[in-house]
Amino acid sequence: MEVQSSPIVDQPLELLAETVVAEPPAEIHPDVALVERAKAGDTAAFEQLVRQYDRQIFRTAQHITQNREDAEDITQDVFFKAFQKLNQFQGNSKFSTWLVRIAVNESLMRLRKRKTSKTVSMDQDVETAEGSIPRDFAEWRPNPEQNYSQSELAEILRKTIAGLPPGFRTVFTLRDIENLSTEETAEALGLSVPAVKSRLLRARLQLRERLSRYFRQNKEASK
Amino acid sequence: MNCTEFLAKLTDYFDGQIDPALLAEVKQHLGTCHHCEVVVDTTRKTIDVYRGAETYELPEELSNRLRAAVMERCRISGKLPDIAVKTTK
Ligand SMILES: [Zn+2]
Repeated sequence: MEVQSSPIVDQPLELLAETVVAEPPAEIHPDVALVERAKAGDTAAFEQLVRQYDRQIFRTAQHITQNREDAEDITQDVFFKAFQKLNQFQGNSKFSTWLVRIAVNESLMRLRKRKTSKTVSMDQDVETAEGSIPRDFAEWRPNPEQNYSQSELAEILRKTIAGLPPGFRTVFTLRDIENLSTEETAEALGLSVPAVKSRLLRARLQLRERLSRYFRQNKEASK
Repeated sequence: MNCTEFLAKLTDYFDGQIDPALLAEVKQHLGTCHHCEVVVDTTRKTIDVYRGAETYELPEELSNRLRAAVMERCRISGKLPDIAVKTTK
């Protein structure tokens, strides 16, 4: 690749500005406009953002904390903090990812507060390696979730994920439920990419192992 | 490739972040190892079932209440223009 001329410091400001404008237009997410309006003081725009993402933030908080009241408080706090720090949002990530990141911080803080004696650390969970080696090789019924009502299924899924160590279920939540990339998850949790991958593997395998009890073929599913 | 080596590549395999040479090995192992085939299949279903379910629903009423509380806090914090509201302190 050919390096373009002089170092940036030598360029007059006008030229720099021009360079920025000349960049290929990035795909613009509709949230960007809402955020800009909110920054300019448009309450309705901010309220719209709350509407759009309150479910996701509530879900994330509850997955991590496993506590409904905490999730309610966190949802409020996340949006209030986001509002206060709106100017810090530079649009380098998606707005929803930025919100999720705040939600993760708030949730982990609550978890730590609740477990007074034992601090919840993202590193701690690594030691619990059990469950990372599959033992159950039973095939599942096709569409096993259809054997349960929606509320039964939700109950099974809640119980199952609640049994994972916080670090594992947080990674699974961000990566597989909220669809953050491995890199975004790593950034949100202050972990390295390999650490995220190894936790994700264990989380997925442990959940699989536990769900197998309900979804396997040829056996009466236990409730 | 044995089962342990296969498992070590499982995340990359799921995420489609695996180089072609390794992918061929992974597929070859899957073709010959029923256990790993089951693990892949059921792990995929595990992810799908979590993605598809409303594990933690936010009821409309609660959503409205939370949003109202958030907007009220924002208003009181005093950055938005329509804060003609005189807060009682
Ligand atoms: Zn195998």
